[in-house]
Amino acid sequence: MAQTRYPKTPREEQPEASVDSAETEARGPFSRRQFLRGSAAAGAASAGLLSGILDDAAAQGEPGVAGPGAVDMAFKINGKAHVATLEPRVTLLDALRNHLDLTGAKKVCDRGTCGACTVLMNGDPVYACSVLAIEAQGAEVTTVEGLGSPANMHPIQQAFVDHDAQQCGFCTPGFVVASAALLNRHPNPDQDTVHRELGGNLCRCGTYAGIRAAVAQAAGGGTTNG
Amino acid sequence: MAEYVWPAAGDRLHIGKHISRLDGPVKATGRAKYAYDVNRRGMLWAIMVQCPHAHARITAIDTSAAEAMDGVVRVHVIQDVGTEIQWAHDEIVAVAATSEEVARDGAAAVKIEYEVLSHFVNERAVDEAPDAQPAQAETTGDPAAAMASAPTKSSGSYHVAQIAHCSLESHGQVAEWQDEETVTLWASTQAISGVASQLGEQIGIPASNVHVETQYMGGGFGSKFSVDRWGVVCAQIARDTGRPVKLMLDRDQEVSVAGARPSTHAEVSTAADADGNVVAWDSKSWGSGGPAGANSPPLPYVFSFENQTQMHTSVPTNTGPARAWRAPRHPQACLVTMRALEDLSHAAGMDPLDFFLKNIEKTGERASTYVEELEKGAELMGWRDRWRPRGSATGTVRSGLGLALHTWGGRGHRSNCEVLAYRDGLVEARIGSQDLGTGTRTIIALVLAETFGVGLEQVKVTMGRSVLPASGASGGSTTVGGVSGATRRAALNAVDAVFERIAPRLGTEMANLELKNGQLHFKDGSTAAMPWRQAATLIGVNPVSATGANPGPGQLNDSGVGGIQMADVSVDMETGVVSINRLVAVQDCGLILDMKLAESQVYGSLIMGVTYALTEERVFDPHTGQMLNPDMEFYKLAGIEDVGEMIVHMMTGPGYDERGVIGLGEPPVIAPGAAIANAATNATGVPINEMPMTPERVLAAINGGMA
Repeated sequence: MAQTRYPKTPREEQPEASVDSAETEARGPFSRRQFLRGSAAAGAASAGLLSGILDDAAAQGEPGVAGPGAVDMAFKINGKAHVATLEPRVTLLDALRNHLDLTGAKKVCDRGTCGACTVLMNGDPVYACSVLAIEAQGAEVTTVEGLGSPANMHPIQQAFVDHDAQQCGFCTPGFVVASAALLNRHPNPDQDTVHRELGGNLCRCGTYAGIRAAVAQAAGGGTTNG
Repeated sequence: MAEYVWPAAGDRLHIGKHISRLDGPVKATGRAKYAYDVNRRGMLWAIMVQCPHAHARITAIDTSAAEAMDGVVRVHVIQDVGTEIQWAHDEIVAVAATSEEVARDGAAAVKIEYEVLSHFVNERAVDEAPDAQPAQAETTGDPAAAMASAPTKSSGSYHVAQIAHCSLESHGQVAEWQDEETVTLWASTQAISGVASQLGEQIGIPASNVHVETQYMGGGFGSKFSVDRWGVVCAQIARDTGRPVKLMLDRDQEVSVAGARPSTHAEVSTAADADGNVVAWDSKSWGSGGPAGANSPPLPYVFSFENQTQMHTSVPTNTGPARAWRAPRHPQACLVTMRALEDLSHAAGMDPLDFFLKNIEKTGERASTYVEELEKGAELMGWRDRWRPRGSATGTVRSGLGLALHTWGGRGHRSNCEVLAYRDGLVEARIGSQDLGTGTRTIIALVLAETFGVGLEQVKVTMGRSVLPASGASGGSTTVGGVSGATRRAALNAVDAVFERIAPRLGTEMANLELKNGQLHFKDGSTAAMPWRQAATLIGVNPVSATGANPGPGQLNDSGVGGIQMADVSVDMETGVVSINRLVAVQDCGLILDMKLAESQVYGSLIMGVTYALTEERVFDPHTGQMLNPDMEFYKLAGIEDVGEMIVHMMTGPGYDERGVIGLGEPPVIAPGAAIANAATNATGVPINEMPMTPERVLAAINGGMA
């Protein structure tokens, strides 16, 4: 049975990586449809989802269940090591926001719809609300804070500023991370590609015109909102 | 004495330029701390238990299991046994615990019993409403007689569904008590000053002891003016436990109880004379935004006719209560009016652009603005070359054009500002306003920098705290006029105060000094200009301080704008899917302070308009009274690929600037739905009269009522 660590892009037509696979290939962003597909697969392979925990537990000579109490976890986030003692049910998003005070990723829908919590895991965009923290161990996690700082912004962050691709700014971290991932995969995306790759993020203030222009700038192309 | 005017067009350093929002970098890098992001040492999480019934009486509450849980610190009964609950998802109990997960476990363990009462949630069926409240008809002239004798008539039913605000940062706050009499509230609010007063009153401490802090907030759109019951509960639990408490609404609560825009349904009859002049209007409307029903939308909208009558019925429902939603009642009135008039233009055999122009004097004092805007919009849309009569399009995917007009007030609210000038050259504005993401912080900074004739790096804005000089709530497009007026006056006064202090030290008179382009100039040429930072050293260790208020002397802001929008859409006749090809918005708002931010407001409004036009709707199950889509999977917001090409044109320069600053948050969000519905009607050849224009509804219209 395929073991799903987190959902992948169907377009890639790659075999689903096993939990044991430390390196993952470049994957597309995380859309609603992909989430549903992935979560169904995860449900069918719950043993797979938990196998990392089982491995840890087995190494300690304990029965194959982690929790329900808190367990020690170790993360690599934005290039730095972090440790936390968390219940196995804690999502990566809640671990970042509630326990590590990395509040750039936002909690909005908390169920894999809106993309405000988008972070990179080994370079791939994922919805942090739909990844368990315990499953993010061993991965290189990059949050919006890790892409750049106000004094040293990532080109896509600078482009968001230049084109006012943000109003209230609550969707912005998710869009920034998803856009960075988009440009890693497609350095010169056409409009359809931009729309498809950012289709898993939602904005309420209506900043899509600015986001289109920002992605175009960061890609080194012209600017357009159409 | 300062002259309280805006600088003339040729003398503007920052005003009207494309200036990036100053908090862009902290937002784009995830550093901006919203209320939801505030984490305090020892903080508790609170989760609220919601009522599952649309109408019920609480008969029993058992909190013992929750209280016995490890990690649960406080169980707070919000509404006790005996209370009658009027809508589903209303909050009954709050559970505070040491972690978010345990708080959820605790909330799930609370047992509440209800006596379920009868409910009504489907106000479209007004005949079935238990408590419909018709108002008196408002009539001018003799509509019946005018209708009877007119050669051209039209009638139709138009429907606008209830929608939610769905702010991405849900409502909520963190509360922390400094001592028994002083509390800090990090709140997601549009009204820091008002929330401080409300909370102080409700928990029995002086309003001045409530410190509300809102540096960034994740959307409100009119739904975040009140401290709300959850704000009071959060502060109470924090006081009871002696620990900071975070209480943020979950998404289902946010969409179901934290803000709704009322529905509007209307039966409209109109008539025109042989030349296409509208001679009569008759509307019977009804709608609901929850237990209080809904006030009448302004019908007919924008236009006034010689013979008109309108009657509105408010229909209470057992649904989460309405809150102000960007341009309250206007988008609904716009859809009803502009669709009805477009139908009448069709009956008259006229291009709606000609028809609206023919009747434009009936819009009143903004008529000449509308004419200019319609001409500009027609040029940007290519209307004259591209418009075809309704139903001309053939094939499976058919395109069409539509237009709509809107209006709004937007006069600046009451606001105070203190400006401090320091000897290191920094100039600071202190103002108790809040930046919802509209760019208020940036506007204050650029007005201050403009007035001192310095760069933006030379000024600082301190805002978002209720202890600062009071400023109005950010709503109704009143903020930009209010804060810019107050800041301009305070800054002009501060410049005078600086001159008063340093003139003697320079051996000259106040009146001989002038600040321009970062330099202190001597008008008489007696002394060479010196850099502002050098001049500022003469201020001394005590900064110069001056205040200003809005309203105040001089006309710095005004009220009343008109705008027009045009839509080019395609409709798939087999699926009913409406897609946006192009939207054109032409908007006036007086003197534009930051062109980039102004354009952002209009782009954002068009996008929000596409969303309410096509996809978003609070759907209620008439049998259970439950909202069926209190989430973001099925409460649908438009995505980046859904909004088409957008063209924004701001009317500015001579004829517009002289009016001063006018708000822009509401006006451009009013007309997109109506323009899109008119375009869909033009494309399909059948009236598309319901928002949102879901595929099911469009197919039903195409198939004569059969989806």
